[in-house]
Amino acid sequence: MTAELMTQLGYVLAAGLFIFGLKMLGSPATARRGNMISSIGMLVAIVSALLDQGIVDFTYIAAGMVVGGAIGAIAARAVAMTAMPEMVALFNGFGGAASLLVGWAALSPDSGTFTLVTIVLSILIGGMTLTGSLVAYGKLSETIGSGAITFSGQQIVNSLIVLGIVGGAVMFCMNPTDPTWLYIVIGLALVFGIMAVIPIGGADMPVVISLLNSYSGLAACAAGFAIDNNALIVAGSLVGAAGIILTQIMCKAMNRSLSNVLFSGFASVSNEETVVEGEIKPISVDDAYYVLEAATNVAIIPGYGMAVAQAQHVVKELTELLENNGCEVNFGIHPVAGRMPGHMNVLLAEADVPYDQLLEMDEINPRMETVDVAIVIGANDVVNPAAREVESSPIYGMPVINVADARTVFVLKRSMASGFAGIENPLFYKENTRMLFGDAKESIGGLIREFS
Amino acid sequence: MSGAEYLLFILMLSIFLGFELINKVPATLHTPLMSGANAISGITVVGAVALAGTGNENVAMWLGVGAVTLASINVVGGYMVTDRMLGFFKKKED
Repeated sequence: MTAELMTQLGYVLAAGLFIFGLKMLGSPATARRGNMISSIGMLVAIVSALLDQGIVDFTYIAAGMVVGGAIGAIAARAVAMTAMPEMVALFNGFGGAASLLVGWAALSPDSGTFTLVTIVLSILIGGMTLTGSLVAYGKLSETIGSGAITFSGQQIVNSLIVLGIVGGAVMFCMNPTDPTWLYIVIGLALVFGIMAVIPIGGADMPVVISLLNSYSGLAACAAGFAIDNNALIVAGSLVGAAGIILTQIMCKAMNRSLSNVLFSGFASVSNEETVVEGEIKPISVDDAYYVLEAATNVAIIPGYGMAVAQAQHVVKELTELLENNGCEVNFGIHPVAGRMPGHMNVLLAEADVPYDQLLEMDEINPRMETVDVAIVIGANDVVNPAAREVESSPIYGMPVINVADARTVFVLKRSMASGFAGIENPLFYKENTRMLFGDAKESIGGLIREFS
Repeated sequence: MSGAEYLLFILMLSIFLGFELINKVPATLHTPLMSGANAISGITVVGAVALAGTGNENVAMWLGVGAVTLASINVVGGYMVTDRMLGFFKKKED
């Protein structure tokens, strides 16, 4: 058996393992083994690739793998679960950058037109993924402001960049020996990645991360075409498909189209006077305790604020105390709560909340009427009844968790500032809503002290 | 059958397969799914090793070395962090 055949068969095996691994990721019970199988697939793919006859010097390969592997391992161990979104964004960016470099290195004087087109695509998508992910990282880690950055003429500038990219790409395919066009395409792709992500606000980050995830796969896929490698094409398109589906789910959960998320900053929404009736009714920790003590069914609705306050562990503690008190406790998780898909689930899982206690929006909403107390922790837009009741509201039509249907609603909130989207929330003024002001972690800590 | 049309054929099938696989993943696993998929996108390392091991110390080789390093971060970091996350997911005892 030739080495070439061995390599190809190795790729087939690897692709099978990736597919099997992703399939097992479909259930919490098998997910961990699925991830393991997928990583074995990666190992098989890498070993197969090393059989390549063209490889005469392993020094730099080993050096690159050791350095990269060590950085990845340290980062993966050190990262806090609250910082997961920015970590994923950063890894995404590295994947994109790798595809850009592979596409670039694949360029040879005798490349055919098809290969040249795929080289341009891998450079383009890889470059966009790199800088887009870095901007997303900056926004998520708050190194740069997380708000949408918009300026007049933005659309025109972006259109010019796209035209420049198309023009540069065509010129490059016609004169592949002249590196000038190549550099222009690389430069513009990097700039475009930045321009594409800066107008997107913090609340829309779940969409952006999903999309960048998809891009990193598509970049690998394009690089696979450029170097004629099946493993890259199969694995890349699996990732591309995964990202696209998540993007779709996120958009649906916000009742917005993808183009609406990408091209119109939410921030520009004028605060139309949503006529809010009623008044804010604050509640003290003492009074909140008496209500909870008598409750038999409690639903907790977490949002990004829970991550910011690092309140997931005290939430778990409170849950246990309530359960010992004979109360049923469930969590209602909105698909876009947090800064990435499933962000809340990971945080609560880390705090030892069993996953069967985490209900999706469609599961918890029908039960809401039987809930005695709904506790909203650091969530705002995802529980905003304006989405159902106020037709002029910018989030009208977005599916939300109907906390107002519960007998009593506690909203844990730092102050009266509006949510990321800057939209007034009529929930706070409802008859059955009580506001528990202060840091979520401290408020819950206070409740725990009352219980014990 | 070889060349571009064969590769496009594979592309088409994998995309459909990807849609089918991912559609079934419950929302609670979306973050691990994303970081796990992210690790798979580090597959670029497979293409990069051939470029990094040519032995001629030219631009293409150094680009390949850079790609190996970056993709390794993605692969190792992605799988490890996914494993760490999935380790937290527990079913209710009792």
